[in-house]
Amino acid sequence: MAASRRRPKAQTDSASKQAASAEDLIKYYREMLLIRRFEEKAGQLYGMGLIGGFCHLYIGQEAVVVGIQAALKDNDDVITSYRDHGHMLACGMDPKGVMAELTGRRGGYSKGKGGSMHMFSREKNFYGGHGIVGAQVPLGTGLAFSHKYNKDDGLSAVYCGDGAINQGQVYESFNMAALWKLPVLYVIENNKYAMGTSQERASAGELHQRGAAYGIPGHQVNGMDVLEVREAADKWVEYIRAGNGPVILEMKTYRYRGHSMSDPAKYRTKEEVEKMRSESDPIDNLKRVLLEGAYVTEDQLKEIDREVKAVVTEAAEFAQQSPEPDPAELWTDVLVEA
Amino acid sequence: MPIEVLMPALSPTMTEGKLAKWVKKEGDEVKSGDVLAEIETDKATMEVEAVDEGRIGKILVAEGTENVAVNTPIAVILEDGEDSVESKPAVEESTPKVAAQPVVQDSGARPDSTLPTGPTKGPAAAPPASDEDKFFDKTVKKTVREALRDAMAEEMRRDPTVFLMGEEVAQYQGAYKVSQGLLQEFGADRVIDTPITEIGFAGLGVGAAFRGLRPIVEFMTFNFAMQAIDHIVNSAAKTLYMSGGQMGCPIVFRGPNGAAARVAAQHSQDFTPWYASVPGLKVVAPYSASDFKGLMKSAIRDPNPVIFLENEILYGQSFEVPESEDFIVPIGRAKIRRAGTDVTITAHSLMVSYALAAAELLEKDGISAEVIDLRTIRPLDTETIVNSVKKTNRLVTVEEAWPTCGIGAELSALMMEQAFDYLDAPVIRVTGLDVPMPYAANLEKLVLPSPDRIAEAAKKACYRK
Repeated sequence: MAASRRRPKAQTDSASKQAASAEDLIKYYREMLLIRRFEEKAGQLYGMGLIGGFCHLYIGQEAVVVGIQAALKDNDDVITSYRDHGHMLACGMDPKGVMAELTGRRGGYSKGKGGSMHMFSREKNFYGGHGIVGAQVPLGTGLAFSHKYNKDDGLSAVYCGDGAINQGQVYESFNMAALWKLPVLYVIENNKYAMGTSQERASAGELHQRGAAYGIPGHQVNGMDVLEVREAADKWVEYIRAGNGPVILEMKTYRYRGHSMSDPAKYRTKEEVEKMRSESDPIDNLKRVLLEGAYVTEDQLKEIDREVKAVVTEAAEFAQQSPEPDPAELWTDVLVEA
Repeated sequence: MPIEVLMPALSPTMTEGKLAKWVKKEGDEVKSGDVLAEIETDKATMEVEAVDEGRIGKILVAEGTENVAVNTPIAVILEDGEDSVESKPAVEESTPKVAAQPVVQDSGARPDSTLPTGPTKGPAAAPPASDEDKFFDKTVKKTVREALRDAMAEEMRRDPTVFLMGEEVAQYQGAYKVSQGLLQEFGADRVIDTPITEIGFAGLGVGAAFRGLRPIVEFMTFNFAMQAIDHIVNSAAKTLYMSGGQMGCPIVFRGPNGAAARVAAQHSQDFTPWYASVPGLKVVAPYSASDFKGLMKSAIRDPNPVIFLENEILYGQSFEVPESEDFIVPIGRAKIRRAGTDVTITAHSLMVSYALAAAELLEKDGISAEVIDLRTIRPLDTETIVNSVKKTNRLVTVEEAWPTCGIGAELSALMMEQAFDYLDAPVIRVTGLDVPMPYAANLEKLVLPSPDRIAEAAKKACYRK
């Protein structure tokens, strides 16, 4: 994080900016803003009792998923843990369907049967939405296996947090992925806290080096800067697609909210959160790039803000108007009827 | 239009809280993400952040107020150009106050009559139809091991998405030689040796199945599948449901289950009841080589995750197996192995041979036992069992697993629900004894069911000495 604090403006001059067109920059801004506003609205609906159970917000980490997604193709897969709303939106899933799943309604992606932690989209190649910490890593490695088996040039982007990275099954996956040269990009979203336990208290060594013994290249990336994320993703996705096997990218990022809605986040200081928000916010920083580079006017940004807000408002309305699932849905989708 | 800020629920169980402190005061500008106030919930002190931009027009609930109900308006935010809260403040259009029931109220118990009745709660459903018998006009003697290999090979020839993975399945030809010859025929892309890494390759197989491949995952024994049971239960069995039907998992988890011989507690355990309790799984535990073959073919073709429980002692036993590659046994259908009139004995896997041996013993005593080979444990062919009990009025269940919450316990409960009026004696369970498996030969023998124990139980059910 220190890097981004020292040079919040450095990105304006980086090679990555050169590679990104104005159109790209605006797209990333819009996508990150959509995630931010969507999550804020989800938090509000949770507060009103319309969303229940666990609800893990992605606020602060938007640059990671937007930057990675920019490097992926339609045939590539995405899989992650339970902090998953941002990934769904970045995959192009309909905010209405995502929000309606959060409220447990018929119009949700899982017909209200999955909830915040369990959503999927066959169409958008989003494979969940998994609630057991680390379990998505072998699952995502299996997605990569099927790309290799089918020889279809696709790859799978497997996200996990700095907590999941200590699970044994992650290393079982690294081993097989390296052994069989599977097309998989492991993205560690290091937001510094595994629930309430800081990285320092839970993890020995450097996370991006966790694949070193398997010969998996690992790199640390400023996950608060969407352009740095995209640049790293572009480079290493190409490496993976060339048949070289897995890569680990550790994204240094930060979540502003608690682990879940009911987490008061007493394990860190308010000053720490405030400093991150004021100095390293991925949306504010990109906004600055856009304005300083004269890619957009203030008015154009306001128009984007309005459009994004309208999308989120529509999603929230849909999520409340969509009826609850029919009780008969209890018994469907337990098994595929042959 | 002025926007009302509502008292938020900040945990799954919160219905009211204390407005501990206002961080913003009337007239302050706010933007989304700003902390407005601190609230004490039933668990902790939490911050309330603004979602909307504007200026605090009015604070409606003073700081220090206790027991503020969730969704009570606590402040009004004015947007650009608004200077009065006099016009009736409305909740922002995007967040109408509809159905804002605290989550906890929704979990209240309801009378059973309002709950929809599931497929398993009604009378026994008929088992799927089967034409398996007609294939027995031309048979060949095969071991269970060969029958399993043949089934996998035939399905791999038929469907290129089918592949086999597990420890020692390829070059070693299978720890129990079940996959003999498959590497040579199908190559290393489809017959895959894995490292010893059960949760890893089970999860990998499930992920591959999400994308439409049909993995056969071999566990060297099901004892080691406990390392992987999270992926079997949480990933394979539940994803179809959690995805609202979008993402199925066509996978077979197979391997020997139950006691072998003299391998002690960690390598001798029957997991049938564990998997049989999980919705989203099918569970198969055959006895004869023809059933191993016919059910393995069904399992590979099934669009759902199937737990295929084999048995090390059965691998070398020979049975007549139909020659035709069209021979298939549907999942969900029991088989009456021996007809009888006095007592019904149910069993699966190796225990079927013990039940048949017990029936021989009983015949000498003039007791006619009907032996039902369950073959599939989930979905259970309850109809066949109930019909048999209606005839014999007595049931003895046999299994290797521990007694508590076992298959016998389930069958006993099912008879109470579906055949109570036909029972002339209590259902008797013959199970493995309720101890970890000992190593010593004499002790191990005492733990497992035997034909004698089964015959004794059947006599008791018939009120005979």
